[in-house]
Amino acid sequence: MLRYALKRLISLVISLAVASVVIFAVIEVAPGDPASFMLGVNAQEDTLAALRAELGLDVSKLQRYFNWVGGMMVGDFGTSYTYRTPVSQMIADRLWVSLPLALYALTLSTAIAFPVGIYAAARRGKPGDLTVMGATQLGIAVPNFWFAMMLVLIFAINLRWFNAGGFAGWDKGLWAGLHSLTLPAIALAWPQAAILARVMRSSLLDILGEDFMRTARAKGLSRRQALWRHGVRNALIPVLTIIGLQFSFLLAGSIIIEQVFYLPGLGRLVFQAISARDLIVVESVVMLLVFAVITVNFLVDLAYAAVDPRLRSRT
Amino acid sequence: MSLLEIKNLSLSIHGTDILKQVNLSIAPGQIVAVTGESGSGKSMTALAVMQLLPDGAKTAGAIRLNGSDMLGRNENDMCALRGAAIGMVFQEPMTALNPVKTIGDQVMETILIHKAMPPRQARDRAEEVLTRVGLPPDRFPLSRFPHELSGGQRQRVVIAMAIALRPKLLIADEPTTALDVTTQAQILKLLKGLVSEYDMGLLMITHDLAVVADMADQIVVMRHGEMVESGATGHLLQHMKHPYTRMLFEASGHQVYLPEPAQSRPLLEVTNVVRDYRLPRKGLFEKPGHHRAVNQVSFTLNCGERLGLVGESGCGKSTLTKAILGLEEVQGGDIRLDGQPVFSGHKPNLAVRRKMQVVFQDPYGSFNPRHRVARLITEPFHLLDAPVTGSERQDRIAEMLTAVGLSPDDAGKYIHEFSGGQRQRIAIARALIIRPELILFDEAVSALDVSVRAQILDLLAELCEAYELTYLFISHDLSVVRTITDRVMVMQAGKIVEEGDTDSVFSDPQHQYTKDLINAAPVLPDIGRDVA
Amino acid sequence: MSRSLILGASLSSLVLLAAAISFVWTPYDYAALNIPGKLQPPNAQHWFGTDHFGRDMFSMIMVGARTSIAVALVAVGIGMALGVPLGLTAAARKGSWLDELIMRGNDLVFAFPSLVIAILITAVFGAGAINAIIAIGIFNIPVFARITRGAALSLWEREFILAARVSGKGAARISAEHILPNVANLLIVQGTIQFSLGILAEAGLSYVGLGAQPPTPSWGRMLADAQTMVSFAPHLALIPGLAIIVTVLGLNLLGDGLRDWLDPRIRVARA
Repeated sequence: MLRYALKRLISLVISLAVASVVIFAVIEVAPGDPASFMLGVNAQEDTLAALRAELGLDVSKLQRYFNWVGGMMVGDFGTSYTYRTPVSQMIADRLWVSLPLALYALTLSTAIAFPVGIYAAARRGKPGDLTVMGATQLGIAVPNFWFAMMLVLIFAINLRWFNAGGFAGWDKGLWAGLHSLTLPAIALAWPQAAILARVMRSSLLDILGEDFMRTARAKGLSRRQALWRHGVRNALIPVLTIIGLQFSFLLAGSIIIEQVFYLPGLGRLVFQAISARDLIVVESVVMLLVFAVITVNFLVDLAYAAVDPRLRSRT
Repeated sequence: MSLLEIKNLSLSIHGTDILKQVNLSIAPGQIVAVTGESGSGKSMTALAVMQLLPDGAKTAGAIRLNGSDMLGRNENDMCALRGAAIGMVFQEPMTALNPVKTIGDQVMETILIHKAMPPRQARDRAEEVLTRVGLPPDRFPLSRFPHELSGGQRQRVVIAMAIALRPKLLIADEPTTALDVTTQAQILKLLKGLVSEYDMGLLMITHDLAVVADMADQIVVMRHGEMVESGATGHLLQHMKHPYTRMLFEASGHQVYLPEPAQSRPLLEVTNVVRDYRLPRKGLFEKPGHHRAVNQVSFTLNCGERLGLVGESGCGKSTLTKAILGLEEVQGGDIRLDGQPVFSGHKPNLAVRRKMQVVFQDPYGSFNPRHRVARLITEPFHLLDAPVTGSERQDRIAEMLTAVGLSPDDAGKYIHEFSGGQRQRIAIARALIIRPELILFDEAVSALDVSVRAQILDLLAELCEAYELTYLFISHDLSVVRTITDRVMVMQAGKIVEEGDTDSVFSDPQHQYTKDLINAAPVLPDIGRDVA
Repeated sequence: MSRSLILGASLSSLVLLAAAISFVWTPYDYAALNIPGKLQPPNAQHWFGTDHFGRDMFSMIMVGARTSIAVALVAVGIGMALGVPLGLTAAARKGSWLDELIMRGNDLVFAFPSLVIAILITAVFGAGAINAIIAIGIFNIPVFARITRGAALSLWEREFILAARVSGKGAARISAEHILPNVANLLIVQGTIQFSLGILAEAGLSYVGLGAQPPTPSWGRMLADAQTMVSFAPHLALIPGLAIIVTVLGLNLLGDGLRDWLDPRIRVARA
């Protein structure tokens, strides 16, 4: 088990290293000098040089890469070109919106998908299953930001249960914060729940055809008992993969949903940075998102081992 | 009164008749074997007793356990009976256990689901039955997972689950078909012991007539969902009435007569061949270990000779086959055909490969489903320097299809239009079409029903006459190897442990392993004389 | 043929047809402004109403279909053209360093959601439909590589592949002659599904301004414009949303239907 975890950890580190090189290289391709962009076309050469030194642009590319990566490891993401404030501070503020939103949505989608998928699998081919499957088809086809707009139209504008946008802030209490994230989280979770429910169902149906399910029935377990005791845990293996993938979709999706609800999250930050050509912010936010995805996949790999004893004993 | 009584049982699934008017009864302590070829409905009979039939199944007649009918029971009552009054053992031990639960939990589950005893006692009972089936907890703790056990050991766990509550009736559906012959003998002995110890009735489903004759008190022969013949084993073997029963027994022990081999020059020379597989690294910085699948194997196969290679699964015979075909490189030794190495440098030697062809086991996986027969059997033409085209190609296709007992018109069909036996004929046609000097038969008749197997063996004998074949026949089935080869080699753990004239090896084995193999193989009773 | 195949095929061809017709005919010029006639709800002249500049929504939806389909289709093409050969190669050289390299590369690309790729590209080169195509296309590569490798690996275990090797055929020839035709069905089904995901992704990207730029109409862009007016002109948001739903639903149903229809196991049982 330890060896398995260690192996995964090494591959995590390699992935992060390669990803950081890719991101740095792409940003490097960008034309133009941030310093002259910030100071305008009429800037003096010596002021430019001073700014370059301040931003750490006056060293070789290799040196800059290592400065960037080394800085990130101790939480220093550099200085924003436009705001002249530490990027780490800007990201930290926004992360407190985006990360809770993604986790909230992940919780919702899992909480909806599991029972629905199991319900449909247990009633395969019956009206209950067909209804659920039809609903999930529709769920997958709905773009989450459009669904968000419809939620705003119904629950904020017409029913006035929620605010149409904006974030109350966590300092007003957990409840106020969650309340303003509820509509965005539902909008994000809905299509993912539909996908997850379908995966759960088909994974369970595959397991139902396995020999050991017949063995369980021969022992005297009812269909329902066999499904719960032997089916669900085996079916979790492919479902975990999807949950891992979904986290990255949710994180990316939250960037879009933030636009609908005017939430001050990473999405807003990154789009402002793009239009201001504040590349250091873009670079750092992208790295952070990729870091989150790779880390979640690492956690999913560990979860596999918890579910499947065959992985634990393999090296 | 009998323990289980099946009266006029009929079964249809989605309107297709599967079983028609089946009758049988089992008394306590009695073993009743239901036998027949695939599609005979023997497994469905077992599942009908358990009421674990597929959706859309309709049954008529009666299945009585201790006098009370089970067909009318509701699902809850059946759940109470399954596992408690009736236990069941399945064919595939590798997949019959839940991979994510320990063997202890799975055995205890039988007890706990019926609320037969409190958990602590259930644990003791689980240890007790596991010990009884040969898995004592000091060597096989309850915390083991299925993947940590061999196939035979897993089958023991399945048996332990089935007998944990001392059911009155045990159903075993092909319990040893997936196992090696020595393991099979142990499992059969275990089942026999359990039947007499617990005074259980055993309903055994098997296609293997030698096992049937060895185990059963009563035999039921089935074909196409109908009972052909039934009776007490001794009596039935002496007085077979139905021609199908007779045909089955004859086909099971089918003998062919090979033409005299033309002893001549050596064709295939294998010298000190070693084949290692890399094992995954144990630690990050340790050197990866090796598994030696083939260990210093040497033999010679002469032109016109029919050589057999027998051994149990994992003994290295498939690996050796792949090495001879030049599909995998060997780590030591030398393989030569007609004096030429099959591997030159690190590449297979195509000039040598065109002198060799192979017939595989699985008649369903051996062909690309998207190609027609003509294209399938001419694939080896790729080995020739000059492509065979036009009328010559047509003639060769027609000749080969005729030679294997098919019609030249079959060339335009797709493979799914053929039965398993016909597919194996097509595989032989594909192997013969470039007139190779050597053919390898890799378990080529193992997946076939006995009657089809007998026909394919006859075909091989005919082809030996017509084309003077030289072949290496690889099989785990001793009775087949005995009749279809001149000389035989016995392989164990990567080594050839015995080699010699087929007849003398079988009648007077020298090596202990060969003796074990021959003793473990169930023997078909000699019925030829009695029938006549 | 199943109901989902028929329904999916009809919905998909409806959208394809609308996109095709838009090249030669639309009810109005999609770019023609008509400020006095702005924000009309659906009516006899303007079947889907007009937007805040008085442009005909029906014409914009038709031309927007073109954008969505073009972006998603080219992205699927990129994914297949690069992913399938990579998957075939990895399977043919299973366990080798090449296989390892391809699979690790796949994992790496998977760590970049298409939105993140689009953000990177846009930050460097500026926004545009091409960026959307590249971003979605790159994300499709590992999808196709993985599914091809998985299916090819199980085929390589089959005995007919061994028979082909005994006939002296090399890995490349076997991949082309035996593996590819037997994974084609799977690729068609996956292609349909990636196509529908591409439509969704394109809509998302153009909604946040990373996709097609004005004046090229695109469904996501129309939704972004509609957002501030949703309380008094809900049709501006409803109609492009429904267009996306119909397209994606149609393609998904088509994919499911094709899967059942092309599955040889089910086909044989039916024959």
